[in-house]
This record gives sequence, structure tokens and C-alpha cells, in this order.
Amino acid sequence: MGIISSSIARKVAMALSGLFLVLFLGQHFTINLTSTFSPETFNEFSHFMGTNFLVQAILQPVLIFGVVFHFVMGFILEARNRSARKVSYVSYKGNANSSWVSRNMIYTGIVVLAFLGLHFYDFWFPEIAYKYIEANPSDATRYYGELVEKFHSPVRTGLYVLSFVFLALHLYHGFASSFQSVGFNNKYARGLKKFAKVYAIAIPAGFIFIALFHHFNH
Amino acid sequence: MKLTLKIWRQENAKAKGAMKTYQIDGIEGDMSFLEMLDVLNEDLINKGEVPVEFDHDCREGICGSCSLQINGEPHGPDRLVTTCQLHMRKFNDGDTITIEPFRATAFPVITDLIVDRTAFDRIQQAGGYISVNTSGNTIDANSIPVNKHDADDAFSAATCIGCGACVAACKNASAMLFTSAKVSQYALLPQGQVEAVERVENMVRQMDLEGFGNCTNTGACEIECPKGISLENIARMNREYLSATTKG
Repeated sequence: MGIISSSIARKVAMALSGLFLVLFLGQHFTINLTSTFSPETFNEFSHFMGTNFLVQAILQPVLIFGVVFHFVMGFILEARNRSARKVSYVSYKGNANSSWVSRNMIYTGIVVLAFLGLHFYDFWFPEIAYKYIEANPSDATRYYGELVEKFHSPVRTGLYVLSFVFLALHLYHGFASSFQSVGFNNKYARGLKKFAKVYAIAIPAGFIFIALFHHFNH
Repeated sequence: MKLTLKIWRQENAKAKGAMKTYQIDGIEGDMSFLEMLDVLNEDLINKGEVPVEFDHDCREGICGSCSLQINGEPHGPDRLVTTCQLHMRKFNDGDTITIEPFRATAFPVITDLIVDRTAFDRIQQAGGYISVNTSGNTIDANSIPVNKHDADDAFSAATCIGCGACVAACKNASAMLFTSAKVSQYALLPQGQVEAVERVENMVRQMDLEGFGNCTNTGACEIECPKGISLENIARMNREYLSATTKG
């Protein structure tokens, strides 16, 4: 993080890593959505993503780096911002001039990070163990069953739904404001920001739909 | 109008400050906020107490001297006005008003409600100027054509009075709106191009050195700015900085 030392460079780095994660989220959602209408398609996509060399050896490490970079930089910036006002106001009316989501990105981000821990525990670690540690034979039809099994638990389904609500709150400010961070603020950016706000709600709402669909249909 | 005032009192930069409560009566709606504080200070002086120290100069909303965090907002609840232009008719009889200094590590309290805002001066000195030869053969600025839209935007950016409300409002105490206004007023004009790279790099470096926080695009600065400086300036500064980094 040392080479990215100026406030603007860090802001741009946060925006670019966030935009990359937003793109990934759209791809992840598209694949997951297929599980609600075609288990075969979902299995095919999942098998491809789980066995393709390019995805496993290049895209996956880049994605993990993107996630780690985004939250580590987020904590670094938060620490700096807190030190920029060591004495707090007795009266501070944040709602008068800014939205709750924009002021609480660190908290919505921490919830999303905690969710990622659960999500990795549920899917990623078992997947890595299955393929690379236990070295089980390749099975192109196992993915749908594994997904459905996870959403039997009402507690897990509830945690996923709650996490997606926080993801929506995080994206609602983060996605749209990333354009401002990279210096894109003009009449065209306004339309893009509207799209970003719709995306920020639609994608997490879609993930909630998928979680509830599998919970109530199996 | 009868009011209860809760005011931050701090003897000097090193002293520990605290909120102190005062009762005040006879305030008219046509008075400005600073005139209300004048009335309070007359009362305090008559009682032999130390008056409340606060910054002010022109009292016309153009010098950038007055500050104050009033009921949790810089320059109070009204929009596009400085504290000196804030009228007491914005408050009601019986109200309690909280008055604090602008809070930022880069704006240390000197006494009571006065903070040291020379960090802004140092940012300005780092590059908020153009070097013009004034030896007598200077070319008339009007001989260089400037697009009307750019001229208007540059002028809007130049209306920043450097009061520090942007820093005070920002949850991160970021000075990006101020710095971006000072960068933008030159970035949009031909005269500013010669030193464009050094300007943005040096001003941002100084801004970071002063200990201001990072911008997280909450937009609070734009809402609370008494001059309505737009967030577009921050986007422009980001572009200028990225461009300078590439060229540098």
C-alpha cells in the first residue's frame, strides 16, 4: 500500500477495486440465477468456472487480491479519517447534508466482509478441499445439490438475506460514487449513477431471491 | 426571543475545553447570528466575565473569516450563507443552540470558537497561483479567448472564500472541496495550464501533509458550502491529479 500514498491515488484505487468487484458480482449473480430455472445450466457453468485453468489460476487469485486490497485499503483510509478529527463534535447533524449509507460505508463493509467469511466457509473452502486437497474425481453434476443443501438451514438463509441487504447499502453509495472518484462527473455520469443505484439494489435483491427460492422449494 | 446557548469555551490551545450554558434574552429576528453573540458578549463583559471569542471580519459573507458549527452544521441550518449572514429568525423563541468551533486535527482550536485555518493558506501557497511577469509587458488577459462555459465554471470555483465549512461538515474532515476549487479555478483557464502539473501535485501533497482526511463522496461539503462550490470540482481535481501523475 506504500506506493499508493496520496489521498487521491488511494481514493482512485478504492474506486477501481470496487468497480472490479461490482463486475464480478454481476457475473456471480448471472450464474447463480440459472440455478432457479435450470440445474443443468448451473452445473455446467459451475463446472467450467471450477475447472477452467484461466479462471482458477489467474482470475481467482486476481479476485481474491481485489477483495483483500479493497478491505485493507478501506481500513487504512478509515484510520486516517478518524485521526483527521480527534476531537468529536458535541452536536453533529450528518443527516442534514449526507445520506446514512455514505457515512457508514465502513460498517456496511464490515458486515459484507463477515459475510464473505461465512460464504468462503460454506462454499470456497469445501470446494478447494474437494478438488486440491482430497483430490476427488471431477464430478460435473455435484454443484446444484451442494447449493440446495446449504439453503436448507433457515439460520444460514436468514444470514445470507441480511448480508445482501447490507451489500445493497454498501453498493448504493459505493458504486455510484466510484465514478466521481475516478474523475467522471458530467451530464453523462448522471445517467450512469442512476444505473449504478438501480444495480446496487437489483443485484442484492436478486441474490436474496435465489437464497429464498432454494430455501422454500427444497 | 429568549434562547439557551451551549458554547464551547477553551482558554487557549493547550487548555481543556468544555461546553458552557448561557441564557440570553431580547434577541430580534433581524439580528445576525454574530450580532446575537455580540449581545451575549456585552452581557458577559458587564458581568465581569470573559467574552466568547469568535472569528469575524467583513460580516458581509465574502471574507471567509466567520466559522462556527451551529446545531451540528457549519454556518448553521440555512443554506448558501455564512454565519455572519445567518439571521436569528431562523430560530424560535425558547430554542437551545449549540455552538462549537470547526473541528479538524488540521484546524486546531486557538481559543473558544476560533480555530487556526492557516493549513488552507499553506495549501494555497503550494500552488494556488499563476506566475505572471509583471515587468510592464504583460499581455492583457482579455486578449486570450476563453470559452464562456469554462469561464463561468472557473469563476464559480474562484468564489470559494476558504472558510473551512467543507472540512467542518465532512465526517472525515477532508479538505478536498477547498483544494479542488483552488485547482479548478486555474485548470479551466489557459493561464493555468503552464503550471498545471506542479500545481495539483503540490497542493494535494500539502493537503495530505496538513492531516486532512480522505474524501468518501458523502457530498456534505457541497451542501454546507456557503458559496455552493460543486462536487464537480473534486472530480476535476482527481482528473488533473491522474493526468499529472501520468505526465510526471
